Amino acid sequence: MDQLFSNLALGFATAATLDNLFYCFIGVLLGTLIGVLPGIGPLATIAMLLPITYKMTDPVTALIMLAGIYYGAQYGGSTTAILVNLPGESSSVVTVLDGYQMARRGRAGPALAVAAMASFFAGTVATFLLAAFAPPLAEVAFKFGPAEYFSLMVLGLIAAVVLAHGSIWKALGMVILGLLLGMIGTDVNSGVARFSFDVPELSDGVEFVAVAMGMFGFAEIILNLEQKENREVFTNKVNNIFPRWPDMKAAFPAMFRGTALGSLLGILPGGGAVLSSFASYAIEKKISKTPQEFGKGAIQGVAGPEAANNAGAQTSFIPMLTLGIPTTPVMALMVAAMMIHNIQPGPQVMTSNPTLFWGLIASMWIGNLMLVILNLPLIGLWVKLLSVRYRVLYPAILLFCCVGAYSINNNVFDVFMTIPFAILGYVLKKLSCEPAPMLLGFVLGKLMEEYLRRAMTISRGDWTVFFTRPLSLTLLILAGILLVIVFLPAIGKKREEAFASDD
Amino acid sequence: MQVRNHHDLWAGLMFIAFGAIFMILSQQYQIGTAAKMGPGYFPTILGGLLALLGLAISLSAFAKSNHEAKVAPTGWRELILILLAVILFAATLPQLGIVIALLVLVLVSSLASHEFNLRDTILGAIFLIVLTYVVFVKGLELQFPLWPKFLTA
Repeated sequence: MDQLFSNLALGFATAATLDNLFYCFIGVLLGTLIGVLPGIGPLATIAMLLPITYKMTDPVTALIMLAGIYYGAQYGGSTTAILVNLPGESSSVVTVLDGYQMARRGRAGPALAVAAMASFFAGTVATFLLAAFAPPLAEVAFKFGPAEYFSLMVLGLIAAVVLAHGSIWKALGMVILGLLLGMIGTDVNSGVARFSFDVPELSDGVEFVAVAMGMFGFAEIILNLEQKENREVFTNKVNNIFPRWPDMKAAFPAMFRGTALGSLLGILPGGGAVLSSFASYAIEKKISKTPQEFGKGAIQGVAGPEAANNAGAQTSFIPMLTLGIPTTPVMALMVAAMMIHNIQPGPQVMTSNPTLFWGLIASMWIGNLMLVILNLPLIGLWVKLLSVRYRVLYPAILLFCCVGAYSINNNVFDVFMTIPFAILGYVLKKLSCEPAPMLLGFVLGKLMEEYLRRAMTISRGDWTVFFTRPLSLTLLILAGILLVIVFLPAIGKKREEAFASDD
Repeated sequence: MQVRNHHDLWAGLMFIAFGAIFMILSQQYQIGTAAKMGPGYFPTILGGLLALLGLAISLSAFAKSNHEAKVAPTGWRELILILLAVILFAATLPQLGIVIALLVLVLVSSLASHEFNLRDTILGAIFLIVLTYVVFVKGLELQFPLWPKFLTA
């Protein structure tokens, strides 16, 4: 406990320097600003804003800012969900259900306020959980050998498949495709440049940011343009922000439950933020005395999922920071950002870079606080932003992406690389394949191969090594249970229902 | 035999194609053994798995239990214009500099909207170029060729 507080003190001392506070603020502001725009999720937002951090000398500052962008974008997505009936990103899909209905009834203000409070509350709890559970988890990570790492990645990828929208089989195919695309580039063991077709730039592999921008940025823009826009924005109806007392009384318990659920599911690999918001909505509806109110503007339907997705977003940092394994595409971008600053993510970060580790954690709480302070008075501004037409907006998004892709290596090659991935992302969307699992596979590809090789070299070619080591076996059993669960008819149906509203 | 789910059919075929390509390409690298994996080992396995999975998915497109789905039409105009804008940006940037490259990017991509408006587009382009200059070139000191080479050389 003492240790926890001294760690947090170190964190706050790091995060509260003028520089870091400033960049945290800028991150949260920019994240919200861009996150509010419909059709741009946190992933595209971070990818777009990544170049801002290239020139920063201190990696702590860069990560603090990126984290700020992340939860800013997440929160911005909720604002859009409530005001425009369009989820800014997948985890605010359920917020649309009741948030928008509240807005239609002239209660957009309270809906936004409750969303902000729920997010802040969840963020606070999740920050402490992160601080409390990260060190013991990192201890466990030191016991991990190559076999365990491999099994952990299998678990992570399976979880990503289970949590993906739509067909499990297609999601599985997407993961494998991602792993294969991740193989492109020089093989660390033999030095052979694989699948590079003698293109020198490809021998370093495909830049993750280019993949993310192509698949999430450009493909998304093209798809949005295909649909002629039809938005109903509640621009003039946001007054009277503060929720009434009965609202609060209804919202608080939902917030608690949402936070607990989100924190738990967020740690699971595979993107807990989305699942936890769905699960929270389902639970709130189930235990409510007035379930018929859901879908018509029930405040619990906003408070619960909002708390859950924010808690989940926060705790998804745990596996990334302690094990060095990104469990969501957003975390993969965080890893990419760390690598740009020459920090290899893993359990050693906590000991070798304590200021970075604890500073980042402390900044999350500060960032969440800023979000609340920033958002309640600025709601008017976000509303104005929402009335900007898409035809003005998307060239700006394209521009930021192109500038960002170029700036990774100051080379137009990475800009060209976005093209095949934009096409791939477009085709996949048309065939209702979810791109997120592919991105995760892409990031883990080389790591997974490396750990597989090492484990197999140690066992001298004996595949049973993954089942005879208890930790590894446990992880694989967990992965197996996940798969079995989805294929159970009852749960499979529930899963379809949960994602059905997203189409 | 009738195709019920066109999404599954094409996704499956795409997986088969990707799996096969990666498997074939992997054969030029050393495969090695399980204990000493060569660079071709893992991609060969993955490619095989992907192709098998693709086969299963495309076959499932014919299953009576599968729900019906048709592939939505391709918006060629939007697709081509957006990608063209990005390609032109990348092609012009090294020689002609960021100002012209961005102008091309914004103008060409704006054509993709069904409510294109020349005046707004030009105003928007100017605003975005100034913004890029202030934020990225001056503020963040990212390195770009600013103007065409034949003017600055």
